[in-house]
Amino acid sequence: MSIATALPPKASTREFIRKGQPPTEDYRELLFELEAKGELEVQRVPEPYVEVETKYGRKKKIPLEFTWHHKSCGQCGHIPGYSTAIFWLNRQFNKDYHDPKDQSSCTAWNYYASSTSNSAAQASVAIRNFAQAKLDGYFPLIHCGTSYGHYKEVREEILHHQKLRDQVRKVMDRLKMPFVFPEEIVHYSEWVHVMADDIAKKQVLDFSNIRTTVHPACHYHKLVVEDAIYDRDLYDGQRTAIVSGLVKALGAEVADYSTWHDCCGFGFRHILVSRDFSRSFATIRKIERMKEEANPDVTLTHDTGCVTTLDKSQFSTQAHGRNVGIPVMSDAQFAALAMGAHPYKVCQLHWHGVDMKPLMEKMGIDHEKAWAEFEEVAGRLKENGTEFMTWEDADA
Amino acid sequence: MSIYKDAKYMDVPYEEKKKLFQEVKDDMRWDTTLYGCYECGICVAACPSARFYDFSPRVFAQIMAREDVDTFYELLNDSVWDCSQCFSCTRCPRQNNPGAIITIMREVAVNHGLTSAKKALKAYSRIIYKIMSTGTQVAPDMLQPDFFPDWGPDVKAVSENLDVWRRAIPPETMHTTELAWDVSEKTRLELYMIWKLTGNLEMIEKIDEGIFMILEEVMEELLDEHGYDIDDYENVLED
Repeated sequence: MSIATALPPKASTREFIRKGQPPTEDYRELLFELEAKGELEVQRVPEPYVEVETKYGRKKKIPLEFTWHHKSCGQCGHIPGYSTAIFWLNRQFNKDYHDPKDQSSCTAWNYYASSTSNSAAQASVAIRNFAQAKLDGYFPLIHCGTSYGHYKEVREEILHHQKLRDQVRKVMDRLKMPFVFPEEIVHYSEWVHVMADDIAKKQVLDFSNIRTTVHPACHYHKLVVEDAIYDRDLYDGQRTAIVSGLVKALGAEVADYSTWHDCCGFGFRHILVSRDFSRSFATIRKIERMKEEANPDVTLTHDTGCVTTLDKSQFSTQAHGRNVGIPVMSDAQFAALAMGAHPYKVCQLHWHGVDMKPLMEKMGIDHEKAWAEFEEVAGRLKENGTEFMTWEDADA
Repeated sequence: MSIYKDAKYMDVPYEEKKKLFQEVKDDMRWDTTLYGCYECGICVAACPSARFYDFSPRVFAQIMAREDVDTFYELLNDSVWDCSQCFSCTRCPRQNNPGAIITIMREVAVNHGLTSAKKALKAYSRIIYKIMSTGTQVAPDMLQPDFFPDWGPDVKAVSENLDVWRRAIPPETMHTTELAWDVSEKTRLELYMIWKLTGNLEMIEKIDEGIFMILEEVMEELLDEHGYDIDDYENVLED
């Protein structure tokens, strides 16, 4: 028996290459087969698109524009700077996009909270939105991590169950809408990921002294795992590259912490009616671990529930003397700030709970001036009850 | 008989429990949720609910695999509502999906209007009304200090400035206070038709009759205004 005399190889020298076929089937092949049989119509990813590597090595097409923005209830309702930052980024790159009113949510927040629905209803809600996107001439870009995960579940069910397809077809026929499914289910954070270098080229703030932690959203990388983006250069390809890739492109630090795989504690039903659980998990398992192990200036994530839970849970736990106090925002807001977006008019940081001022100071943002600018516009709107802030106001 | 001496709900007839157990196994998703169990505990280690509740995703996998109908019924009435539905348990080396088993079990509990399901969803009913009638789950006007006292003073600030702050958001679709975004009436009606066509309203009636009646009245008046005959939209799943 030999005795080890050398240290094990460094992570960077190891390479994990998957040989042979991926362990999961290729959903696109199955979709195209159904299309060939006349069962449904597959909406192709429009050009221009970028191909990126997914968990098991398959390439996924991410459209750069002509996107139909499938908005998120929690983002638009409670953290509006999240959605606004996504739109602002698209506008900065002159991308053609559509922000539809003919869009419902995926209704999956309710489904995972209460199960007051069924597979046929959930699939029909998805297909109605996809059909509307096709009719509008744009490709779905999903803002919410749960919508993204749930639509992938719906895809699995539709691909494998003739009975469900027949039921959905009956529903769509009654709605007089086509049975359409997109070639790829694309999350907005994947668009941000493939745009990261372009975002970095337009960066106006220096983030080299900003330390971040990243929380990958459960419904992004745990729910139907095979089309989440992975990159061999990030975490040796052993963890999703989403969000972290952007942070690195912007020159900020991604600090690691031991509970990165843990959920945020959202719980769907719990965050609305049983928050003692959400609060305990978010602060004890996530925020405190980050604080002790990484002490970040900000934690970044890419889903509605995660921003809400990680941010809002911190206030009341201060009363218990817990070690909290980390600002929380989305990758889109972080990218927009780097490119000089207004912290209140665009990123709407006043809707967040944890104090963002120390972070803004470190980023070189004059938050007092910025708040005065926001208040000036808000004062004008207060005087005139029918007026709204415009994109021109936001960039003034 | 349950393998546990202190099993609850022993007064409920076995046939009734077996019927619900079979409904879970008859769901089309069942075949991709359970492949056995190594009893390794990885799912429990990854589970957020297991840290704060007397809850274990492993127990769900094992009970279903053993076909322990009595304990299934106990889980269906108790800890099924503790799950966070984060699907961290999909880390299972056998590719089990305990979270998906729970989704199906909850659906069966709701479909049968179990008292425990009604209790678990009691405070949640108004959210069901919101999503089913508007297509958005949460709205800006829900941010009230008395509903979210634990979220801190920014909730009060949002609530006090709601109208102006919503108009101070650049995207046109987000100048709303009662909806997360401006959902068109066309979409709201189509969504309601989906609920009708897929038998969802019957489910709601079983879980909360009051919410069902309000939903039906409000939405069917809207359908009527737009010239739709609601009788044309009966449950197509029963065909």
